[in-house]
Amino acid sequence: MLRWLPEDVSTYGGEIDALFYLIYYITAATFLLVTVLMVVFLIAYRARDGRRATYSHGNTTLEIIWTIVPAAILVVLSFMSVSTWAKVKRETPPTDFEVGVNAKQFNWEISYPGPDGRLGTADDVKFDNDMHVPVNRIVRLHITSSDVIHSFFMPNLRFKQDAVPGRTVIGWFEATKPGRYELPCAELCGFGHSGMKGWLYVDSAEDYAKWAAEHLSPKPQ
Amino acid sequence: MSDTVATAHPVHEQHAEQGFWRTYVFSTDHKMIGRQFLFLGLFMLVIGGLLAMMVRWQLAWPETPVPGLGAIPEPYTYGGIIPPQTYNALFTMHATIMIFFVVMPIMVGAFGNFLIPLMIGTRDMAFPRLNMLSFWVGALSGAVMLASFFVPGGPAAGGWTAYATLSAKESYTGVGWGQDLWIISLIISGASSLMGAVNYITTIVNMRAPGMSYFRMPLTIWSLFITAVLLLLALPVLTAALAMLLFDRTMGTSFFLPENGGEPLLWQHMFWFFGHPEVYILVLPAMGVTSDLLSTFSRKPVFGYRAMAFSMIAIAFLSWLVWGHHMFVSGMNPLLGTAFMMTTMVIAVPSAIKTFNWLGTLWGGSIRFAGPMLFALGFVSNFVIGGLSGIFMASTPVDIFIHDTYYIVAHFHYVVAGIIFALFAAVYYWFPKMFGRMMHEGLAKIHFVFTYIFFNLTFFPMHFLGVAGHMRRIYNPLQYEFLKPMQDWNVFITVSAFLLALGQIPFVVNFVWSLAAGKKAERNPWCANTLEWTAPSPPPHGNFEVQPVVYRGPYEYSSPDAAEDWLPQNRPLAGAAARAH
Repeated sequence: MLRWLPEDVSTYGGEIDALFYLIYYITAATFLLVTVLMVVFLIAYRARDGRRATYSHGNTTLEIIWTIVPAAILVVLSFMSVSTWAKVKRETPPTDFEVGVNAKQFNWEISYPGPDGRLGTADDVKFDNDMHVPVNRIVRLHITSSDVIHSFFMPNLRFKQDAVPGRTVIGWFEATKPGRYELPCAELCGFGHSGMKGWLYVDSAEDYAKWAAEHLSPKPQ
Repeated sequence: MSDTVATAHPVHEQHAEQGFWRTYVFSTDHKMIGRQFLFLGLFMLVIGGLLAMMVRWQLAWPETPVPGLGAIPEPYTYGGIIPPQTYNALFTMHATIMIFFVVMPIMVGAFGNFLIPLMIGTRDMAFPRLNMLSFWVGALSGAVMLASFFVPGGPAAGGWTAYATLSAKESYTGVGWGQDLWIISLIISGASSLMGAVNYITTIVNMRAPGMSYFRMPLTIWSLFITAVLLLLALPVLTAALAMLLFDRTMGTSFFLPENGGEPLLWQHMFWFFGHPEVYILVLPAMGVTSDLLSTFSRKPVFGYRAMAFSMIAIAFLSWLVWGHHMFVSGMNPLLGTAFMMTTMVIAVPSAIKTFNWLGTLWGGSIRFAGPMLFALGFVSNFVIGGLSGIFMASTPVDIFIHDTYYIVAHFHYVVAGIIFALFAAVYYWFPKMFGRMMHEGLAKIHFVFTYIFFNLTFFPMHFLGVAGHMRRIYNPLQYEFLKPMQDWNVFITVSAFLLALGQIPFVVNFVWSLAAGKKAERNPWCANTLEWTAPSPPPHGNFEVQPVVYRGPYEYSSPDAAEDWLPQNRPLAGAAARAH
């Protein structure tokens, strides 16, 4: 049993992992079947004196079976994938917690709404490479890039989304466990691609409130 | 049929003895052009392999000097240490060279040229001079690609997929000339492949020997035919995209640059609309060769010949509908992700059919484990792994996690680098026909054992890295806390890769030694049915002493009609057996 996926701390990661393991078992079983058959055939039908190969051009029934069975399995896998995909990428649940991610060579620029409470205005509060979110809260991300294509990857949250210059892509996640998680860039973005990483801090509600009070509130003049 | 030959071949080429230059350099003989493509591809294989070794060194022992690399000046190395910019260039050029200058020239260029006229029973390609031009234009494009190593700024470093906007502006990568030469080289290479494709299609449609109906063609020819159609339709799309990229880089246009209204995703759509069929351009000839070899060395007809041909046609057709599965997390509309997932799952079915039919071909056979057969079996076994691992990324939610990780690298090396097994199978199998001498069987077996073991030890653990989240194309995995526990695998993979490279020495020795001093080959050393084995080894310019006439399909092994366990396509049967056919 393969257990090397990074720890999942998201609400939807379990569904993704379950699909992963389902495909893993199906493909492993198919691999074993094919390999065992092949090895058995290679041994049983090795050339020996006085035995001639079977003269056969095929068997239509068999061929129909091994067309329909894989097709059926693949159709079922497709339909199982559709709902998870829709949940992760197509529908963002309602939330008032919005964070901007602007990728650039070679930093993640993370922005939070300023005093006007809206993202994308001049008073946004910006950080390089550090993202703080409260645990158990739906976070809506506005992902874009100011130069080349990057990919915002949160391995522990089973989240990946390319950051494309010229467009803003919406993504979402909800972290379930406080901690500090790495934020690598998954798309080649130039000589500094490796090492373009930040940290995601999933804070408890109190820790987040404390951090927000310290960093997001307007500074006393 | 002879009328068609005459119209398609109006200026009949000289088939008489010719001088050195016309025989060995500017040859119009499809067999010499095939050999030229083979040598070009094998030469580039050495370069592509060395680049991979440097990439692997860096991943196993990041930022330590590579032995022997100290001689290369700054800024390309610092006393043998590979800097990130050079690292990006190394994997970019490794992929580009392996795909465009190794697999395509050998599987399509070398074996396509060598085999098509011989296997369909004709004297040459439809357009022999276009064929010669195709090779020399291809060689030119290789020279341009290699030249990019020596220009200021170094060669292309934006990945073989050259995603805009990274590839579209010098300021993003620091690569100027190198990226331009990369684009120009691929445009030239596309021209070469187009000439080949036109030639293959024309030849196969018009010049088949009397009696060689489409469904009497060997599957190798079917696969090359379908590949040529894919080439004809896919390469212009790449060429268009490359031209647009070149304009963006040099003339101030803005096809892919968003600041003036361009769209970076347009590059990806065009690139993968070419790029996915390209995968099948690479793998279909390997499937065709494997089908033929499994049949020959099992002494058994191919199981479900028509299903094999139709599943290749189905793969080719569907290959145009799946490009979006490379773009699930690209930012395109997620609804499209669902559509592309469906088409991608469907394309797995014909691949499954082919695999099970290969098993069916082995079933009940009388299997001979000659060198070519071992490599053909190696191709099947690796293709099974590569095909099955593809289902993971076909499923959109699973792809979110494994996209752009080493899982992808593992998958496509099982498919695309796995083609090397079919490539070696083809070299061992047709070497006697190409060069008139046998290769050494013992060395071939040693070569197979080393290649098979270390291929799997190199590429299988990459799945583990990918599942752990190891991104592809990163310079130093030790920069990431969550990857540090996986570093031992990187070392293991690198050591295996070096051993895989060393395992090729028996091949090099065998190839060179057999060329010079191998045992003289008979006309048909493998007792195979297809027409190329009815010609002398090696066949003279013009191939056949008499025009072959085809009486049956290529897979009549162990037929009850024949005393031996083989029945060449051109042998007429006497008496009752003939009337039964």
